[in-house]
Amino acid sequence: MGWQWFHRLGSPRWFYEKTNAWIPWLAILSIALLVVGAVWGLGFAPTDAKQGNSYRIIYIHVPASFLALAGYYTMAISGAVGLIWKMKLADMVMKCAAPIGAVLTFVALITGAVWGKPTWGTWWIWDARITSMLVLLFLYLGVIALQEAYQHQDTANKASAILALVGTVNIPIIYKSVDWWYTLHQPATLKFTSESTIHWSMLYPLLTMIVGFYVFFALVLLMRTRTEILQRERKTRWVKALAEEQSK
Amino acid sequence: MNFIKFQFNSLTEFFQMAGHGPYVWVCYGITALALAYLAITPILKRRALFAELARQSRIEKHQQQKSNQNN
Repeated sequence: MGWQWFHRLGSPRWFYEKTNAWIPWLAILSIALLVVGAVWGLGFAPTDAKQGNSYRIIYIHVPASFLALAGYYTMAISGAVGLIWKMKLADMVMKCAAPIGAVLTFVALITGAVWGKPTWGTWWIWDARITSMLVLLFLYLGVIALQEAYQHQDTANKASAILALVGTVNIPIIYKSVDWWYTLHQPATLKFTSESTIHWSMLYPLLTMIVGFYVFFALVLLMRTRTEILQRERKTRWVKALAEEQSK
Repeated sequence: MNFIKFQFNSLTEFFQMAGHGPYVWVCYGITALALAYLAITPILKRRALFAELARQSRIEKHQQQKSNQNN
């Protein structure tokens, strides 16, 4: 088994050039999935018998929440890789995942609040699931703040990686919150171990949106990491050549 | 093919969604803005960086020419 690819990842330039061709494909795929999923969910999926049309918010609320958590894994794991192997690229991925995760967590909270109003009769309640998601948002904001707080990039990376790793304790709490404290938030709709509690006519558009959000996440993470690479390597000859070529 | 049937009788009904329209559309609107923000900011940042680097290299070239003339 060759480990060459792993060592090459240590070279931001190699990564930048390798991923050039991926961007348009990821963009086309994510836009197509998101448009199809949104139109399907908004207009063609059947109306929910209990919640009426307000349930259509599920098609963005659930994918955004999924990616809020997936973004945290990405951030914590790349933070750990950066700490252990001192890999520059992993530190950049950690830094770039934080604002994406924060925005998606914010979207999950806002859509949840707007969904809550017609369904539960309230915008906000200190329910276990909602509170633990708010903590997730603060963890993201903490990582973003730590990145800005230090003069030396290495110190900033170490501090934010440690915060990200300590914060993973919140992840199982988010998952289990709807079972441990059964208050207001409904339990998970999608289950991996047993039958999902959703009809396939509602499930397919939901899955389309979830996959769309994953691809979109990969796309913007890649775009942000590439921009970060250029930013950090701005003094090198290859970035200068690229800038001259682009601004002609 | 029941699942590809449009669920509303008219576009007005589609926008109103039996009273839930404002909630649903606000959510989709906020999400669209948030995703657009995530995709556009790295492009703007890269453009600004490239413009800045190109400007720097022009200044460097200009200074080099000047010092060549003085010699």
